[in-house]
Amino acid sequence: MTNSIPEIENNDVLFVIGSNTTETHPIIGLRMKQAVRKGGKIIVADPRKIDLVRFSTLWLQHKAGTDVALLNGIMHVLLKEHLIDKDFIAGWTEGFDTFRESLSEYSPERAEKITGVPRKDIVKAALMYGKAERPAIYYTMGITQHSHGTQNVFAIANLALMTGNLGKESTGVNPLRGQNNVQGATDMGCVPNQYPGYQRVDLPSIKSKFEAAWDAKLSDRPGITATEMTDAAIDGKLKALYIMGENPLISDPDSHHTEKALKSLDFLVVQDIFMTETAELADVVLPAACFAEKDGTFTNTERRVQRVRKALNPPGQAREDSSIIMELSGRMGYAMNYNLVEEMMREIGGLWPAVAGITYGRIEKGGLQWPCPTLDHPGTPYLFKGGFPRGKASFTVVGYEPSKELPDKDYPFVLTTGRQLFQYHTGSMTRKVKELNAVAPEAYVEINPADADSMKIEDGDVVSVSSRRGSVSIKARVSERPPRGMVFIPFHYKEAAANVLTNPQLDPVCKIPELKVCAVRIEPASARP
Amino acid sequence: MGTGGIAAGGADVMDVFKKRLKEKGIQSEVKKHCSMHKVGCRGLCARDVLVDVIRYDVKTTYQFIKSDMVERIVEEHIVRGTPVAEWLVPEDYHHFHDKQVKVVLADCGMVDPEDIESYFGAGGYEALRKVLSGLTPEETIDVIKRSGLRGRGGAGFPTGLKWELTRKAAGNPKYVICNADEGDPGAFMDRSVIEGNPHAVIEGMIIAAHAIGSDHGYVYIRAEYPLAVERLRKALQQARHHNLLGENIIGTAMDFDIKVKLGAGAFVCGESTALMYSIEGKRGMPRVTPPRSTEAGLWKLPTCLNNVETLANVPSIIRNGAEWYASFGTEKSKGTKVFALTGKIKNSGLIEVPMGIPLRQIVYDIGGGIENDKAFKAVQMGGPSGGCIPVEHLDVPVDFESLTALGAMVGSGGLVVMDEDSCMVDVAKYFLHFTQSESCGKCTPCRIGTKRLLEILERITAGDGREGDIDLLLDLSADIKVSSLCGLGQSAPNPIITTIRYFREEFEAHVTGKKCPAKVCRKLLAYSIYEERCKGCGACVRVCPAGAITGEKKKPHVINPEICIKCGSCVEACKFKAIGRE
Amino acid sequence: MIKVIIDGKETRVPKGTTILEAARALHIPIPTLCNHPKLSPYGGCRLCLVEVKGNRHPVTSCSVPASDGMEVVTSTPLLERIRKTNIELLLSDHPNDCMVCEKAGDCTLQELAYFYGIRENRFAGERRIYEKKDANPFIERDMEKCILCGLCVRVCEEVEGVSAIDFAYRGFNAKIVPSFEKALDCEFCGQCVAVCPTGALTGKMWSYKGRQKDVRDVDTVCSYCGCGCNLTLHIRRNEVVRVSSRDDTINEGWLCAKGRFGYSFVNSPERLKTPLIKEKGTFREASWDEALDLVANKLKKIRAKHGADAIAGLSSARCTNEENYLFQKFMRAAVGTNNIDHCARL
Ligand SMILES: Cc1cc2nc3c(=O)[nH]c(=O)nc-3n(C[C@H](O)[C@H](O)[C@H](O)COP(=O)(O)O)c2cc1C
Ligand code: SF4
Ligand code: SF4
Ligand code: SF4
Ligand code: FES
Repeated sequence: MTNSIPEIENNDVLFVIGSNTTETHPIIGLRMKQAVRKGGKIIVADPRKIDLVRFSTLWLQHKAGTDVALLNGIMHVLLKEHLIDKDFIAGWTEGFDTFRESLSEYSPERAEKITGVPRKDIVKAALMYGKAERPAIYYTMGITQHSHGTQNVFAIANLALMTGNLGKESTGVNPLRGQNNVQGATDMGCVPNQYPGYQRVDLPSIKSKFEAAWDAKLSDRPGITATEMTDAAIDGKLKALYIMGENPLISDPDSHHTEKALKSLDFLVVQDIFMTETAELADVVLPAACFAEKDGTFTNTERRVQRVRKALNPPGQAREDSSIIMELSGRMGYAMNYNLVEEMMREIGGLWPAVAGITYGRIEKGGLQWPCPTLDHPGTPYLFKGGFPRGKASFTVVGYEPSKELPDKDYPFVLTTGRQLFQYHTGSMTRKVKELNAVAPEAYVEINPADADSMKIEDGDVVSVSSRRGSVSIKARVSERPPRGMVFIPFHYKEAAANVLTNPQLDPVCKIPELKVCAVRIEPASARP
Repeated sequence: MGTGGIAAGGADVMDVFKKRLKEKGIQSEVKKHCSMHKVGCRGLCARDVLVDVIRYDVKTTYQFIKSDMVERIVEEHIVRGTPVAEWLVPEDYHHFHDKQVKVVLADCGMVDPEDIESYFGAGGYEALRKVLSGLTPEETIDVIKRSGLRGRGGAGFPTGLKWELTRKAAGNPKYVICNADEGDPGAFMDRSVIEGNPHAVIEGMIIAAHAIGSDHGYVYIRAEYPLAVERLRKALQQARHHNLLGENIIGTAMDFDIKVKLGAGAFVCGESTALMYSIEGKRGMPRVTPPRSTEAGLWKLPTCLNNVETLANVPSIIRNGAEWYASFGTEKSKGTKVFALTGKIKNSGLIEVPMGIPLRQIVYDIGGGIENDKAFKAVQMGGPSGGCIPVEHLDVPVDFESLTALGAMVGSGGLVVMDEDSCMVDVAKYFLHFTQSESCGKCTPCRIGTKRLLEILERITAGDGREGDIDLLLDLSADIKVSSLCGLGQSAPNPIITTIRYFREEFEAHVTGKKCPAKVCRKLLAYSIYEERCKGCGACVRVCPAGAITGEKKKPHVINPEICIKCGSCVEACKFKAIGRE
Repeated sequence: MIKVIIDGKETRVPKGTTILEAARALHIPIPTLCNHPKLSPYGGCRLCLVEVKGNRHPVTSCSVPASDGMEVVTSTPLLERIRKTNIELLLSDHPNDCMVCEKAGDCTLQELAYFYGIRENRFAGERRIYEKKDANPFIERDMEKCILCGLCVRVCEEVEGVSAIDFAYRGFNAKIVPSFEKALDCEFCGQCVAVCPTGALTGKMWSYKGRQKDVRDVDTVCSYCGCGCNLTLHIRRNEVVRVSSRDDTINEGWLCAKGRFGYSFVNSPERLKTPLIKEKGTFREASWDEALDLVANKLKKIRAKHGADAIAGLSSARCTNEENYLFQKFMRAAVGTNNIDHCARL
């Protein structure tokens, strides 16, 4: 997020696109509701009638996967209505002229044709966002989990840049990170091409800095991403995989494919707190401590580093992940010795200046938002105040491309997947909580009443949902939430795993799979062969 | 003819008149002199149905008319010109009217409430025309201020000031609301005004709207008043038809229209903030102030809430001038007030008197004294929020300040007369029963406190009163009064406080002597059979549900006090008045 | 800024500050039961009444804004008498079963009863009796203990935006009910539980696991979504028995159903407790030494044969920063590959 959570309340316009915020980020959802109480207005762009629509002034029900067309249509109107920030564009950005040209094709009329959103609503959204004083954009996986997810993100950036809606309090672009420490995992360099602090592995000066600090020889070849690891395993290029606290069998697209990949490995180590579906396939399973059993820090979606504290001893012989890694590292011939978890934090601060000012002492109460370079720095609630770190920001020309797999005669429905309030991710934690299971016991597929009617499906019927990759049988939940022609399945349930159906088609740049759009067919379960 | 008149058979009487007159062909024959209207209520409910016959400009009034009496009136009076003497109203009918001053009720009973033309005929909407053509909002407010008009809904807040505060408050749009909830048991002034002359209220609202700068109005009226609602709706329709409501009212730049909202029949919904929540579709529960409704009322926008009677006064004030209105009443309480006079009184009904009139005149001159000429005991003024006034204060001037000083209040205008047969503990219990079940439940003292007051009164009247109960009642009452959130709780203890203040010995008789001097509290009575009167018929034995009465046939019976549950059934069953209660 | 004098102490506060807030800033205690700093003022409990110079009647300090030059007295014989009466009234309609109440020790009503020394009750009388029957899995709703402060109704509407509960009935019988008096069916965020000053709303899974004084509190951060809500884990005998949240953090004390009620996985019997090694398709328990040696040897062998890039690591968005740091350091420095990723993309 470029802004921080408390700033949300003071937005005068909140443009929420591809984020079912109240269910996936409930507490951020609360702040959005506060913003409404304080007079702010919400524009929701989502194919489904998500709960936030109740609080919105305007709901743009665009077809799944048409975000770029919608955003470009909005920007077309902003341009026409002169609702752009010329000073900001001149001072802070580059590439505006070519970009401006590219918008000419996206008249609201054309955008309406592609997205299904009435042109008057596109105009209204543009005027609301364009005239607002403190508008912010919020998005989640509904934007990124597409084969053209990067394009979607660029389109959003263009929108903020052309209106100068960045670098100010309560004004900015806010991707909401899905899991408690995704931000931290990325910050800490658990990505194939970057060391901690977004420092590139292929830059010699950086590599030598880390080699010196770690006293080790390092590779300058960027590694492969999680989704690429699957293919590499099947191709035989990847032999061993060490998984710490993840369950890709359920969370990754096309589960059959993932299973095949994991089984192709010579050696699989899984370190987890439960015997997950993925752990079942492992050669060695290492029992780890959960969040309540260890010290450390988490970094939330607004870059706030906060203290995690040990409250319990892990069960049996289970151990903290850090102690397991240290042990293992020693046995691999590379000794790591830290007496206190805090020593690691200090080491990180030495390598990544943006967190140099964060110590356990300072975050005893409340946490600090990076960048926080010095011990007396108060942290940074919002980014880009007074400029971008790397000079000027560029506009990117983004054209609308349809999703890779669109409905057709054989697979007439669009399937989209996501979360629901009472379960979390692959369910490895929440499904062990009996109270949560009592209110959200089983998987379901949301189907629009009109579609259900035409297929003679009633609420609660078991149906089979199939894609080109697999099929699940699942209860139908007839609901006004999805539009006609679209169905939704939460992905938390292994017994009806949505990701058996989804398309592993990756975004070419950031390698995120297209989990939000694929084509499926629905049949009453009894009609199955 | 209002709800009361119709219940007494007014509609039937009128139908028969119509039929008979038609049969006689009188409608066409004496058209010039005889026309027939239905008019609104004229106050003297105890004598319904009242009929005026105006023959060659001479008005004669009949009382207690039933449909089967119509034929004779038509035959003897209308056709032959000799009034039916025995059915005429007696002299005191005129007393009933003599001491009254009618401003609000002036046209009630004179104009046809369902016909706007009839209201026009009585000078209706002239005040509005005067205001819209010649008075700025500020000038209008000034007239109302100078008239000294104070709210008739109970609190007596200066109306002109309320209008001014709303006018000056920031926010748009602004609202005018007419409070016609009238949840006070025994009150029917507002109903009668709307049934009798709805256009006066509407005209008052439009003038208020002009004064505060509002284009939306509401009448919040209880759903239990179907006739009033119907007449109000009809009147609004007619007013719209004549462009007295809607856009560009009578050719001016003013827009204003009125919606009718039906109340759900909760007493507390008459409280201003609760009423506004109720209009918003929320639970009718009072809220803390500030902010006042004049700043943040309906939908948190500036709102002027006035009572029906308050608004109905407005057209007359504008027409006749502030000074005219201020000439009635006292220094601080100007004008007139409508009361619903009920209880043990000869002439019960709706009256309008100048403020400051001695209570005695209301009871004896207008009311004609106590029914069956029993002794006067007290008057309960202001309904469940008010207090009682005993005989020693019968000369109190009826105005806001004097009544409040006695612990009673003008309130909404209920005036219940009690005679020697009323038990004051029972009276207090009756009102507490009402307030505690009508409490909205929001604040502690009212929700639980009034319940505890009622419980204590219940045990006192059941003979289980404890030493110290009277002081406990007073202590708790005082705490509820200061600490309740809204007027309901703040005034709920008033009936207890005043009855104890003026009739403490009656409470003590209940608590210590376990006796009810007025012989009302059943559980405190001992039932016994007068040997000398008892014929031994056994009627009492048959009705006694407890089997407490025994005796041989034709010999005096006896009641066993151990078994008697004090239901009183035997007293009613005995034809020989042989059973007594002490 | 305006000047107010409370109990003789002068202070300056911004316009719009309530008398209660100003008094709290001066550390002057005023008892309250229906006030919450994040919710709209209500004025139902009547405990916060104070006297303001020039006002005939006491006013509720929770709702009345301070005005310039206002002089306030927070404690007088009259005020204390009213407070005592109202607390006594509340207790006269309360089960008074503190000895078995989940909330004892953490209950505002109990606190006030103690402070005002209420033992005998002048107003003993009828008590509301309700069957306990709310079937939802999370929230125990014992409406006999409810003092109708309305905090739950307000938090549900004003913070959660759900309005799952509201007042019903009048007077003494007023009651907080879910719509149509059915079992609660809502987002189960437990905001209502968090604000309830009495034992009327508690967590069903808390019951008889230990009261406030028995537990140790540990502040930490939620392990579910990316909001980063602060949690306080209440620990008794190596078990999480309850979760709450302080209101001075980023999430202001609000949580969602998962954060507040979804903690029992921590003490689940299904937790992995020993290292496991798979042999002929089935797992067997192993010692740490055995398991770690096996992993190290296997990885070394594969690295020797196929190069370091034949090994990859997948780390977790649910592990701490420090663990993620160590994990990538391990992959890069100990194994020698950049094949490291996590599930940010999912
Ligand atoms: C419990 C309660 C019930 C009330 N009921 C009524 C009512 O039925 N009609 C009414 O006009 N005022 C009623 N009031 C008074 C109103 O709150 C308000 O003061 C009045 O409508 C204002 O109009 P006025 O200034 O013209 O009197 C009630 C007040 C309370 C506290
Ligand atoms: S005084 Fe009674 S009616 Fe008024 S708010 Fe309190 S509980 Fe409700
Ligand atoms: S749990 Fe949350 S949603 Fe449910 S009633 Fe309580 S506050 Fe409302
Ligand atoms: S349940 Fe608790 S929070 Fe809700 S009104 Fe009752 S006492 Fe207050
Ligand atoms: S805290 Fe002010 S009335 Fe309850």
